[in-house]
Amino acid sequence: MSIAPVPRADRFGVGDLLAEATADIGARPGRLLMTLAGTVLGIGALVATAGFSQTASGQIARQFDAVAATQIVVKPATAATAGGRSVATTKLPWDAVDRLERLAGVEAASLLTRVDREKGTITAVSVTDPSAPVTVPPPLYAASGELLQTVGGHLVTGRSFDEGHDARHDRVALLGAHAAESLGVTRIDTQPSIFVDGISYAVVGVFDEVERSGELLDGVIVPTGSARADFALSAPGDVRARIAVGAGPLLRAQVPLAIAPDDPGSIEVGAPAARSDLSSSVQSDLGVVFFVLGLIVLLAGGLGIANVTMLSVMERVGEIGLRRALGATRRQIGGQFVVESVVIGLLGGLIGSSVGVFAVVALSIAQGWTPVLDPLVAVGGALLGALVGLGAGGIPSRRAARIEPVVALRGA
Amino acid sequence: MTAAAAVIELHEVTRSFPGPPEVQALRGVNLRVNEGDYVSIVGPSGSGKSTLLNILGLLDRPTVGAYVLAGEDTGALTEDERAAVRARKLGFVFQSFHLMPRRTVLENVSLPMLYSGAPRAEREPRAREALHRVGLSHRVDFRPGVLSGGERQRVAVARAVVTRPRVLLADEPTGNLDRHITGEIMTLFEELNADGLTLIVITHDQHVADRARRTIRIADGRMQELT
Repeated sequence: MSIAPVPRADRFGVGDLLAEATADIGARPGRLLMTLAGTVLGIGALVATAGFSQTASGQIARQFDAVAATQIVVKPATAATAGGRSVATTKLPWDAVDRLERLAGVEAASLLTRVDREKGTITAVSVTDPSAPVTVPPPLYAASGELLQTVGGHLVTGRSFDEGHDARHDRVALLGAHAAESLGVTRIDTQPSIFVDGISYAVVGVFDEVERSGELLDGVIVPTGSARADFALSAPGDVRARIAVGAGPLLRAQVPLAIAPDDPGSIEVGAPAARSDLSSSVQSDLGVVFFVLGLIVLLAGGLGIANVTMLSVMERVGEIGLRRALGATRRQIGGQFVVESVVIGLLGGLIGSSVGVFAVVALSIAQGWTPVLDPLVAVGGALLGALVGLGAGGIPSRRAARIEPVVALRGA
Repeated sequence: MTAAAAVIELHEVTRSFPGPPEVQALRGVNLRVNEGDYVSIVGPSGSGKSTLLNILGLLDRPTVGAYVLAGEDTGALTEDERAAVRARKLGFVFQSFHLMPRRTVLENVSLPMLYSGAPRAEREPRAREALHRVGLSHRVDFRPGVLSGGERQRVAVARAVVTRPRVLLADEPTGNLDRHITGEIMTLFEELNADGLTLIVITHDQHVADRARRTIRIADGRMQELT
């Protein structure tokens, strides 16, 4: 049969398809809401899960950054001896601080060495009182001038020693708050001295509230130069540095080369994990259960859409027969129901995404956190809804396309 | 009307439904309907008249035999081509109207033009013109639910003629209407036929059948020309 082709503009086009498919979506608002519920819940759960884990890992990373992520500790590598003890395989250079401070990302650095003395004493008075009970003296540390900046300590009174004291081997000491208490040093305007193995050291300051290396509060700290002169310090114990946020991975690679260019493998750097490592591990821990739950709910939502679309096809057999009699092809009928189901899915996805975003924002406000959510997750949630609709519409629309107009028109 | 062109020709059409038992709804039917004819088909229920209408409307295929519509054999057409022929050469009027309850009268009448490929800009004027022709210009924005039975069937007729079909097929168009309204619809059909539209009406109402110029009786799948 000769059928003149219809101009493209007058054919049953995408616009017509959309108009016909969406015209009856709102026909039964109650049923539409029930249909949407599953998709809304599923998409909402997925988006909220993604948002919660991003927010939480952002939050944890921030807390982590604030203290530990900004510090590195550089030590010589250790090797186990035959006796089971571990010994350092190399010595840090005395100018390690200068070498570190040349690196970008290092904000402050300091040597810190525990000074071991066999039976040393540290007292505030030079008198030896045989009747006094034996006490354990506070630990003695040797450090360079920038120690307090590096560990974030706050001076309660007095001042810190500096590079000048270090270079001149001045006998000055800085006391941690607990050590000051046990030694009975409460003020420094009286120019108190302490006696370390009988050698008099002038107390120049007392500090408190260190952000890291809390053990220093119990200690007595003297300049490295003085310790080398008076206690024959053989090598620095470690180098601590305060670093910029995010500089950890780079410094972990650079520091060994800066300290020991000839044998970088002999240097161990305790650098904090980078933010990205941390985020991913937190996300995978936190998200898996909710993600699976969301998928299950979404599956139920898809089945709901399939069910209702099937019901709608069965109810509209007469309409389908009419459309076929009026000249609609099978494809046009099938397309109409697929699009209807995709639009319902998209609608559910949009609402679900919004619900998820609002849930993340609400939780963040309640917890005082900063909400973090990749916008792609929200957009993807809506699209996923449409995809669920597409899958759900498959069987009902095929059923609709197979309806014979003769049967449909006879029945109604 | 001299030597009018045939618009519909059935040659030895048989339609059987596979059993068991096999039922032959139509047996060797020959029919020629000319341009501008007004034919009524009568017969008891189960006689095969609906099967005949379905075949004429390209909703069903004959098991044996040929159906030539507007000079061309329909046997070779694909499913989509048959849909296109339905959209552009045939109009249907059903006993139960088959109007879409949530669309306005104008939208219902415009529906077939979606599939027939009528030029987009002409669709609304043509729908309004068709409604004017059936005397329903004042009901354009109503929904079918608030119309009377006669008005609904007029809407259905307007929908059937809006695509300017070659043949209008009516299946018991007055089956749900009372005698007075039936008369109105038949008058409308006669007006349309006078304008040149070919009409085939299936009915079991003898009064309706008598108003057609030709009447064909079908009994037990066989056809008999009465007038």
